[in-house]
Amino acid sequence: MLTLDRVSKVYKVGAFGGTELPAVRDVSFTIAPGEVVSLIGESGSGKSTIGKMILRLIGINGGIITLGDTNVATLKGAALRDYYREVQGVFQDPFSSCNPIFKVEHIFSLVRGVYFHSLSGAEWRSKVAEALGAVALEPGQVLHKYPHQLSGGQLQRLLVARALLLDTKILVADEIISMLDASTRIDVLNLLGELKSRGLGILFITHDLSLGNYISEKTVILRRGRVVEMGETSKVFGNPTHPYTRMLIASVPQLHKRWGDEAIADPGPCRVHAASPSGPAGTALLVEVEPDHSVACFRIDEGVPC
Amino acid sequence: MSLQVNDLRVYYRTLAGDVKALDGVTFEIADGEIMGLAGESGCGKTTLGNSLVLLDGRMKQVGGTVMLDGAPLPIADFNEMRHFRYRDISIIPQYAMSALNPTRKIGKMIGELLESRDVRYREIRPELERRLGLVGLGLDVLQRYPIELSGGMKQRMVMVVSTLLDPSLLIADEITSALDVSSQKAVAQALQSFRDQKFVRSMIVVTHDVSILYQIADTLAVMYAGKLAEKAATDVMMQRAKHPYTRMLIASLPEVGVRYTEHKLTGIAGTPPSLLNPPTGCRFRDRCPLAIEQCAEEPPFVEVEPGHSVACWRADDVAAPKDSVA
Amino acid sequence: MSGGAIVASTESVGRRREILYFALRGKKVLISSSILVFFAVIAVAGPLIRPGDPNAFVGPLAAPPDGQYWFGTTTFGQDVFAQFASGLRATFTAGLLGGSIAALIGMAVGFVAGYRGGVIDEILNMVTNVVLVIPTLALLIVITAYLSARGIFVEALFIGLTSWPWAARAIRAQTFSLATRDFVDLARISGVRSLRVIFSEIAPNMSSYLFLTFILLFGGAILIAASLDFIGLGPTEGTSLGLMMYNAVAWSALPLGLWWWFIPPGIGITAIVGSLYVLNVGLDEIFNPRLRES
Repeated sequence: MLTLDRVSKVYKVGAFGGTELPAVRDVSFTIAPGEVVSLIGESGSGKSTIGKMILRLIGINGGIITLGDTNVATLKGAALRDYYREVQGVFQDPFSSCNPIFKVEHIFSLVRGVYFHSLSGAEWRSKVAEALGAVALEPGQVLHKYPHQLSGGQLQRLLVARALLLDTKILVADEIISMLDASTRIDVLNLLGELKSRGLGILFITHDLSLGNYISEKTVILRRGRVVEMGETSKVFGNPTHPYTRMLIASVPQLHKRWGDEAIADPGPCRVHAASPSGPAGTALLVEVEPDHSVACFRIDEGVPC
Repeated sequence: MSLQVNDLRVYYRTLAGDVKALDGVTFEIADGEIMGLAGESGCGKTTLGNSLVLLDGRMKQVGGTVMLDGAPLPIADFNEMRHFRYRDISIIPQYAMSALNPTRKIGKMIGELLESRDVRYREIRPELERRLGLVGLGLDVLQRYPIELSGGMKQRMVMVVSTLLDPSLLIADEITSALDVSSQKAVAQALQSFRDQKFVRSMIVVTHDVSILYQIADTLAVMYAGKLAEKAATDVMMQRAKHPYTRMLIASLPEVGVRYTEHKLTGIAGTPPSLLNPPTGCRFRDRCPLAIEQCAEEPPFVEVEPGHSVACWRADDVAAPKDSVA
Repeated sequence: MSGGAIVASTESVGRRREILYFALRGKKVLISSSILVFFAVIAVAGPLIRPGDPNAFVGPLAAPPDGQYWFGTTTFGQDVFAQFASGLRATFTAGLLGGSIAALIGMAVGFVAGYRGGVIDEILNMVTNVVLVIPTLALLIVITAYLSARGIFVEALFIGLTSWPWAARAIRAQTFSLATRDFVDLARISGVRSLRVIFSEIAPNMSSYLFLTFILLFGGAILIAASLDFIGLGPTEGTSLGLMMYNAVAWSALPLGLWWWFIPPGIGITAIVGSLYVLNVGLDEIFNPRLRES
């Protein structure tokens, strides 16, 4: 189980690092095995930053990320390598993820060099074949090719297979299908569904609400680095409470209903204010609207007093 | 305005031979029609959009004709087309909003653009400001640098600039792809309003996102591997699509509300054919679940009912509601 | 999808074939490499044709070129051609050695600064800037005063230690942009250590750039060596093209009209360095498709 507890990331910019740019603020949620969590937000919401913090590609300024009992931020050397046995990632651009001057089997040999140098050639090949089989790819058809000779969908599946070589428990999927065509998206998405049923915990980072709704059990809606609404997917989509969530859902183009001139319905009084009338006092209070469905102050980050 | 494209073929020159990006495309657009051009990467939709405006150095027109308002459009002649570009036909190119010169203020850039087209910036400025207001942009936008604007704002600004001279035909190439969901809606609706307010007569909206096209387009044309698979009114396409590719494409789109546990969507196995040496016969044959022997012969793009054309031998067999293929 | 993307995804011509195709057609590459090969052949074959000490007094004094002494003789009766051929060797060696040292230091500093960033980058930047502003000529004069005997190696070492900053800057910039690419992140989450990431992921992607940088450093080193020799700060023994010119001027070749003494080395240096720079431009066009005029 991966837990994020009030995680923050602040960038220092400007001359001598004087100005602070908060990218992520006080984000807390968990990813359990066998569960897909959608992290939904628009650009600048901080969703990719969270993914990179989990993968230890950038540092954590505040809060704690724990895998089981281990604090992720302090891992180094061999401990960090062990962490990567259990937590892996797949990124948005499959062509950028594979070094263009090497054949695609290079991404597997990287893993072999670090984790499997004691395996014989035959053992290694069968392990790779097994991983590729899980993503419906044939070793003979893909391994000897260069990235530009394969399609985006094939590359993304290869990258998922790479993540499966280790004992991955948590997979961070950062916008992995936004660069794929519609017909291949579903294949990769269904693949994630299969992995989920095998016990993998997946963080599905996306800006596309329909996809998040399709595949996930839990949804976290992110806006400007803060969580504005989170909970069980059907509850968040069925009963969206925060004005931002409502706006997002109303903006999604659907296939059976046209955008009318309907105004976004008034969400009613702010739930957080009702729970604590003196205001959230600058902290990201989430109030439970119904079991497994929480929402933040409606005016969070607007600089308007409660 | 009316556009008639007849058997248009545009190929790319490469070291390895000619890439047949557009291999015989025929369709018509009526006055006031917004036609959505959908398809996956490599299908030729961007080539089609670009070839109607500017054939760059690598492209060559190999066959076919284009008629704009009854007169032939000389797309292969770079200099002749100069009379038509921006005034009669305009384009919002892919990645337009990333192509803005970061060191120029928006107003200055627009001024330079217009002067290069022999339009006096001062004369057209009131109209420019009016239109910027119509799409929800304040006048201060002209004094800003591109980096100060959000993606949606830049896109709307580019839209206004591209349609300033009221072109008959506007080609919008993937203008919503790089935007957030909230900006997408604003931009798509702005596009529709341009047609409604007669800034533009007709439009071709090129995108891979079928759901946006459902919202704003009157007709939908689906391309596959350099050829047109199907063209029909949008509602007809959603309910009664006849080409297997179209049906499978629509069936693979998750709408808000469909969940993996309830109804697993299916994709289309395989990949589109290489356009360097395309296969003979129907190009979708290898991936089509309904393929028969006759598909080895290329099916013609014919009208099966008024306003609805398909390129499939088995179009008439597929008369049932859309989920029967999935 | 843009036309470029369609072309890129359907082209089956490999990148190597493409490079070879253009390499064999690039006029700049062909002409400049021919010139370089020509001089290299003289450097290798010359001492075999004219064995012996090139500074030996063998012929008539200040004789113009004829059948036996192709480049004539100096005021002391030394064979100018033998000096030229031997000088070419020295020049190439100084260039190669000096260029290599500069390249190694530049790569080390550039890669580490570009990949690690942060404090390390700041420190390395400071070092780079300091070396950049050192007045190399003044430094060399001071060093010369302390070393009574100097060989080519010392000269090459000096050149290498002072001409690396611009290469480090350039490599750092390239490394910066490559280090943000996803495949570097992928290597990191595969547990690969930083040094290996630099060598096996980043450097190979810059191989053409590194090659071009080396060519420029090579050419620059030759030029600096020749200039140093010309003002008398070069090696104390042996011969090189710059030394030939130094001697020619010192012994009044110009007023005496002994053109065969200083023109060959002058042309030699110009041709070699010029060809190297033209080779650089030509190769850049080949490696970088956008620069090709199609």
